[in-house]
Amino acid sequence: MSAAIAVQAVHKHYRTVHALKGLDLSIERGEFFGLLGPNGAGKSTLINIVAGLTRPSAGSVKVLGHDVVGDYRRARAHVGVVPQELVFDPFFNVRELLRIQAGYFGLGKENEPWLDELLEALQLTPQAHTNMRALSGGMKRRVLIAQALVHKPEVVVLDEPTAGVDVELRQLLWVFIKRLHREGHTIVLTTHYLEEAEALCNRIAIINHGELMALDGKDALLRRVSGARSKLIVTMTEPLMAIPAPLAGKILAHEGLRLELQIEKGSDSIMGILDCLREAGAQVADIKTEEPDLEDVFVELMRRQKSLTPSPLPRGEGESERRDRSA
Amino acid sequence: MNPRGLATLFYKEVLRFYKVWLQTLLAPIVTALLYLLVFSHVLEGHVQVYPGIGYTAFLIPGLMMMSVIQNSFANSSSSLIQSKVSGNIIFVLLSPVSYLEFYAAFVAAAIVRGVAVGLGVGLVAVFFVGLPVHSVALLLLFVLLSSAVLGSLGIVAGIWAEKFDQLAGFQNFVVLPLSFLSGVFYSIHSLPPFWQGVSRFNPFFYMIDGFRYGFFGVSDVAPALSLAVLLLALAVLAGLTLLMLKSGYKLRQ
Repeated sequence: MSAAIAVQAVHKHYRTVHALKGLDLSIERGEFFGLLGPNGAGKSTLINIVAGLTRPSAGSVKVLGHDVVGDYRRARAHVGVVPQELVFDPFFNVRELLRIQAGYFGLGKENEPWLDELLEALQLTPQAHTNMRALSGGMKRRVLIAQALVHKPEVVVLDEPTAGVDVELRQLLWVFIKRLHREGHTIVLTTHYLEEAEALCNRIAIINHGELMALDGKDALLRRVSGARSKLIVTMTEPLMAIPAPLAGKILAHEGLRLELQIEKGSDSIMGILDCLREAGAQVADIKTEEPDLEDVFVELMRRQKSLTPSPLPRGEGESERRDRSA
Repeated sequence: MNPRGLATLFYKEVLRFYKVWLQTLLAPIVTALLYLLVFSHVLEGHVQVYPGIGYTAFLIPGLMMMSVIQNSFANSSSSLIQSKVSGNIIFVLLSPVSYLEFYAAFVAAAIVRGVAVGLGVGLVAVFFVGLPVHSVALLLLFVLLSSAVLGSLGIVAGIWAEKFDQLAGFQNFVVLPLSFLSGVFYSIHSLPPFWQGVSRFNPFFYMIDGFRYGFFGVSDVAPALSLAVLLLALAVLAGLTLLMLKSGYKLRQ
């Protein structure tokens, strides 16, 4: 059986920019797949090639075995794309837009019950006859999702669907996307929220500078870092006057009474670190260890690539990435 | 083939201009009628272009065709530039609608708007002065061909332009002068020989002259020549438009 999405040796050149550098990737049917990478990594270029909005300079992309260029009709019939930007046609109301979108895919009145179901599931039924201009940003986002699903595509690609949405809507979208996955849709999600990818995706690809940096199951990716390191969080009763010299290289963060340290498994001892802190006059109130999350994997991979390739970014850029929850 | 896709895109394009009919249908009809009122008031009785045909009667087919020309162009070009600038063009680009279906739908919608405005101008104008009809078939042929040519040109301009002012430039510096200098208000035989020669390179002249022949059975050049020019213009523009759409020029990166 052919893969949901098969990407083979795909290159994309934009004049002077080599956006994708021979990318190979296979997303199997029924997967919940995460596509991660920093801004400008090539995620959107790849998605646009899958969607037919961008043409590859070399290589091929197939959706359920159908080439997105040579057999574009079938390929597009099987894929639904939720774009990143809040784009809409201001001339029409919600239902008109969904009907029009379904019509492009050759669907007519027989598709109306599905459109009703979509409106209901995305809590848009009261807005069905409201012009797009009158909707809030969150509602427009939900309409974009509905538009991508009007033809019941097997493969659903969501390009940062929760960017800039409030917590309530994010929860609603998560529930809805999980439901789509349970019903058998292949989901491809790009996101800047790493905890979102961690919570939803089974398999994750991390790309940067148009190259695949990692492609693995979520748990296997986490083991890459957790096998070697963990985090020790120490809470003290009084602020520490100075960091003991032996611990200086292990500090991840130090704010007020809270100190975060990186522990190398096998070589560092928690007791040894605590003794060192006590000797420096610290009164330890609480300790906690944390296993690495996807953010740590991401940051570690970025750090490794930066150490291999001279970065044009100023020093300290990686540190700010580490502190932010978003990548 | 995706006939429903084509029909839907056509329906969407028609619905788009219908929803703003005040701007897209009524306003150009009123503008054309204002031209008619002013020019017929000033020149009726002073100018007779063809024997036995009053100036107002002469003017009406020209104004009808000028409205067809300008509105067919405006329909496809404005829809495309708006979709491109706002980004909602992706919804049709993501779908299995082919470049041929895209072209057919946009041109058909441009024809509908052009014909609707032209018909509106004609219907109101005949209250002022009655018009003979020499050949309904020729009238239809010229109006359909002309609006198809301008619908195609509108697609070319809409794809090429990246900003509204570029499209406005195309409209104001190409379409508008060519339509005004095409014999709407005069016969080219009233021009000096040099400008008569120049006018023969203006394809809009053949649209208006041929259309006028459909009413009066009289024209500046033979209607067969006008038809041939329009068919050639349509073939060239359709070829260019289809090439742009197939290659994804300025639409698919």
